[in-house]
Amino acid sequence: MLTRLIQSEPVYLFLRSPAAILAAFVAILVIGGAVLAPLLAQSDPYDLSSFSLMDGLQPPVWQGGDPRFLLGTDDQGRDMVSAILYGARLSLMIGLMSMVIASVLGVGLGLAAGYFGGRFDAIVMRIADVQLALPAILTALLIDGISRGVLPPEVHQDLRVAVLTLAIALSLWVNFARTARASVFVERNKDYVQAAMIMGQHPLRVMLRHILPNIMGPLLVIMTVDLASAILLEATLSFLGIGLPADSPSLGTLIRIGMQFLLSGEWWILWVPTLFLVALVVSINVLGDFLRDVFNPRLR
Amino acid sequence: MAFFVLKRLVQSVFVMIAVAFLAFSLFRFVGDPVSQMTGVETSEQDRERLREDLGLNDAFVVQFLRFTGDMLQGDFGYSYRTRQPVAEMIGSRIPATLELGTVALLISLVVGVPAGVYTALRPRGFVSQTILMTTLVGVSIPTFVIGIMLIFLFGVQLGWLPTFGRGGTVEIGGWTSSLFTVEGWRALILPALTLGVYQLTLTMRLVRAEMMEVMRSDYIRFATARGIPYRSLYFRHALSNTMVPVITIIGLQFGGVIAFSIVTESVFQWPGLGLLFLDSIRFVDIPVMGVYLVVIAFFFVLVNMAVDLLYVAIDPRLRVREAA
Repeated sequence: MLTRLIQSEPVYLFLRSPAAILAAFVAILVIGGAVLAPLLAQSDPYDLSSFSLMDGLQPPVWQGGDPRFLLGTDDQGRDMVSAILYGARLSLMIGLMSMVIASVLGVGLGLAAGYFGGRFDAIVMRIADVQLALPAILTALLIDGISRGVLPPEVHQDLRVAVLTLAIALSLWVNFARTARASVFVERNKDYVQAAMIMGQHPLRVMLRHILPNIMGPLLVIMTVDLASAILLEATLSFLGIGLPADSPSLGTLIRIGMQFLLSGEWWILWVPTLFLVALVVSINVLGDFLRDVFNPRLR
Repeated sequence: MAFFVLKRLVQSVFVMIAVAFLAFSLFRFVGDPVSQMTGVETSEQDRERLREDLGLNDAFVVQFLRFTGDMLQGDFGYSYRTRQPVAEMIGSRIPATLELGTVALLISLVVGVPAGVYTALRPRGFVSQTILMTTLVGVSIPTFVIGIMLIFLFGVQLGWLPTFGRGGTVEIGGWTSSLFTVEGWRALILPALTLGVYQLTLTMRLVRAEMMEVMRSDYIRFATARGIPYRSLYFRHALSNTMVPVITIIGLQFGGVIAFSIVTESVFQWPGLGLLFLDSIRFVDIPVMGVYLVVIAFFFVLVNMAVDLLYVAIDPRLRVREAA
């Protein structure tokens, strides 16, 4: 089993691509750090009692800062390492969840639209067209704005993360739907699908058991790329002050806080979370590019 | 030709009606307009009277028609937040965003098209590889980070350029422009670059792809065989045939420019539509949100119409088809 995996084509290509190896390394480092944040971080940035104003504005260790704080502290005395680990945890969680919701919704609608065709297909694709004309960030902003109007302020405050996740998911589903639909059109006329249909299998079974596994390749690529988009979208919304508030900082919120120190000398408060975010997004994008090449042999 | 224009016009009207409907639904169903306008002490009878006066008890269609009619006459209602007419608020912000967006698009074209042509003609050269690598990184870095980097480099470290606001502005017939003062231009450079970089990479990649496609075609090979000078071959024969898709993408990019101007304006505190939209979301200022949507949709429709007309001007085959 293991030797079969090692000798498989994707692994072979992976080991020959320095960019992909580097990207995977960075991604594993960041994601690992985010998952293990409660174990690795020395203080909890959500817990006000775990840090002290006395430690505020410490520069990183190599600039003569306190050795307890590897990358320095912000004005509240939060340890930057802990802040970015917890921030990345939140960013990744929202990014992953919205990507999963978007893919389930998009693939579901795309499969059904491609399989049944006709009026249902026309309606779904019209909605997709309209949404494609609107950039994702505008859609997410609108959904967030509407939810603020509909929900009472206290409820909205409590549902912050859920609203943000849903807003991002609803602005990213179109890609999945279009790709799934296009692939279904190709697969539907193949013999194995025709055979399954003639055998009288339930449409749901045909779609999920027969067609879906055969169109996973392109969907996997979009999942990777959209994970990066979702993380970016969350960071942008939080940076604009529409996303997460300062008491539960994601990477975007940390960058927004850091902007206040742009003009003063405390560069690390801004650049540590910024570089962390860029490293995460670039590595995921490079991996997405690599996957696209693997699943599309014509490009090789 | 006239028929073509007419058809596009009718389609555009339908798009605008749909958007107006969306804006109206926002206004009518997201939050209660009456409770937005009254305080806690207002009695139930007064509320009911206000509801009746505002016509909120009328049939839905009647309300929508009245809403659309008011809009056509330039009455966009009042902001919940500032109590000012929305038309004034939006109108005073339009010049800033349009100037920023136009300069950003110009940057993306003036740099993007030549860079795309060059990288297509010399795909394996060192310069091309460097340009391509740079754009790959450029696509992956979020807009607001690019803005922060530019501010840090040119505003803070070098101190060459201002980092917020529009600098000096001149009022010309109600249009507040920053294009006629040196200060205005200095303030415009960084935001326009931030907004233009992402569009630039898109333009460049598209021109490159189209150019490579065209260079492989038979008529280019034949033209080469005829001994046509390279300059004429590249720019007259090849580039002019890539223009239709390039113009399409410029039309589509307009949406991106508007959307990302929200981010750019926030980074640079640029007093445009995007900043206003952000504030209206933060304070749940539904009338401003709705009108912003309508105004943006109107620009979209205008640009798309212009693009369609340009097609006909650029591609003679379309004219023939129309005539036939």
